[in-house]
Amino acid sequence: MTMPAPESGITKRVVLAAADMDRALTRIAHEILEANKGSADLILLGIPRRGFPLAQRLARKIAAVDDAVDPDLITGQLDVTMYRDDLRRNPTRSPQATQLPPSGIDDKVVVLVDDVLYSGRTIRAALDALADLGRPRIVRLAVLVDRGHRELPIRADHVGKNLPTSSRERVRVHLGEIDGLDGVAADEVVIEDRA
Amino acid sequence: MKHLLSTRDLSAASALRLLDVAEEMSAVGEREIKKLPALRGRTVVNLFFEDSTRTRISFEAAAKRLSADVINFAVKGSSVSKGESLKDTAQTLEAMSADAVVIRHPASGAPARLAASDWIDAAVINAGDGTHEHPTQALLDAFTLRRHWARIGGTPSAGTTLAGMKVLIVGDVLHSRVARSNVWLLTTLGAEVLLAGPPTLLPVGIGSWPCTVFYDLDEAIAQRPDAVMMLRLQAERMNAAFFPSTREYSRRWGFDDGRLALLDIMGLDDTVIMHPGPMNRGLEISAAADSPRSTILAQVRNGVSVRMAALYLLLSGDPHDDEPRDDETHSLPHDLPIPEGRTTR
Repeated sequence: MTMPAPESGITKRVVLAAADMDRALTRIAHEILEANKGSADLILLGIPRRGFPLAQRLARKIAAVDDAVDPDLITGQLDVTMYRDDLRRNPTRSPQATQLPPSGIDDKVVVLVDDVLYSGRTIRAALDALADLGRPRIVRLAVLVDRGHRELPIRADHVGKNLPTSSRERVRVHLGEIDGLDGVAADEVVIEDRA
Repeated sequence: MKHLLSTRDLSAASALRLLDVAEEMSAVGEREIKKLPALRGRTVVNLFFEDSTRTRISFEAAAKRLSADVINFAVKGSSVSKGESLKDTAQTLEAMSADAVVIRHPASGAPARLAASDWIDAAVINAGDGTHEHPTQALLDAFTLRRHWARIGGTPSAGTTLAGMKVLIVGDVLHSRVARSNVWLLTTLGAEVLLAGPPTLLPVGIGSWPCTVFYDLDEAIAQRPDAVMMLRLQAERMNAAFFPSTREYSRRWGFDDGRLALLDIMGLDDTVIMHPGPMNRGLEISAAADSPRSTILAQVRNGVSVRMAALYLLLSGDPHDDEPRDDETHSLPHDLPIPEGRTTR
């Protein structure tokens, strides 16, 4: 499926199409329920920007299996910008909103949701951000793609797809909720390589 | 953005970005743990050559909420009262490796001098210079106005401009750096600014400002403003007689109970009353300060959020790269008018 983009030297490869992504999320939703032995005390916190719509999708899939779950009441967004360790090395980032479900996170089972797991530094920041907001009973991690190259001792509990990559490549996740307006084919995971 | 010296040279995109960041910062003030680690290990110096309570405390609270170390440098009891120059003071702070200097100075332009010099490498934030500018006060006023405007309009604050809003600024414009900063910033954000005050307290050259001037407060209120900002009568800067008596000033230019009732009669239910503080109660403002229309305490609260945003934007990020990340560039609403008499930068 490798095809050179017409205007530049970047090659793009679709590794997850919309249907693949949907199946992966369905499986993760079931894994989360299995690991938690049900939906009790479950909270899904998405990390901006693409973690949040993924958390919403997972919550809807969980609600489809378990009638007792209201997807809006178990999802939230956790911004980690102010906790990053690279604030001085990159251009200034604007913080995004943090929104917790009304029940809070104390004594809950919090599943952090992000699109791509790479160095692990974002998750490290997320764990610090979480500690300032409350004390969950358990924290788990669900990611759509694990591309390796970890720089910290962090691992995901639920993975949509393990994707061996070179660090020269870029993994881009496109979601209808965020990228649908740009005319990009929604819902796909693409690997870009500067040839 | 390396320094924050004035609102006159602040672009609409930068101002909106700062207000949007402040919106996220304000959420921190409502948490149990009111602290973020973003500026851990950085040093912020409050360098105040003039008296101030709320601005200094506000900057101190903002810096501490971002985990920065704060050094308060008040001129009373310091070497400045022994005759030390601004240059020597600045070089002392540089030697102590300050990352940001928040400066208030009686001379207009002192912060700009500090920023343009090679005396110090730190980011400079103007906390009020003479009768020139007080940018963070204008930003917190704009933040307060924007929340109000968004609430009436039923939209989220983030990303909203002040387009369509009519703001009346009343009183001692001549000595007021708050008025100047607000005129530039509010027009940049799309609001229409009206000024009202006695001719003796309006500056020379006001005709070139992007606003309408009234010499009668009731005539100005008849324009149905969405917000009325009362300025403090700056008795300490007055070395000449600008008006016959304080009683006459209060009657003609004070926001008294009669004018408060007038707003109700006119059906201006959503008009708010602002004051930068400290208030001269009974002079430029009376019971209106305690009415439900008053935003005075909200302004103080928002001051901390806005100053957190300013410190964060100046002190984080790679100092050699000013451009925002490509997925975060602000797109301006297309209907934002370019105010008359202003050039876009």
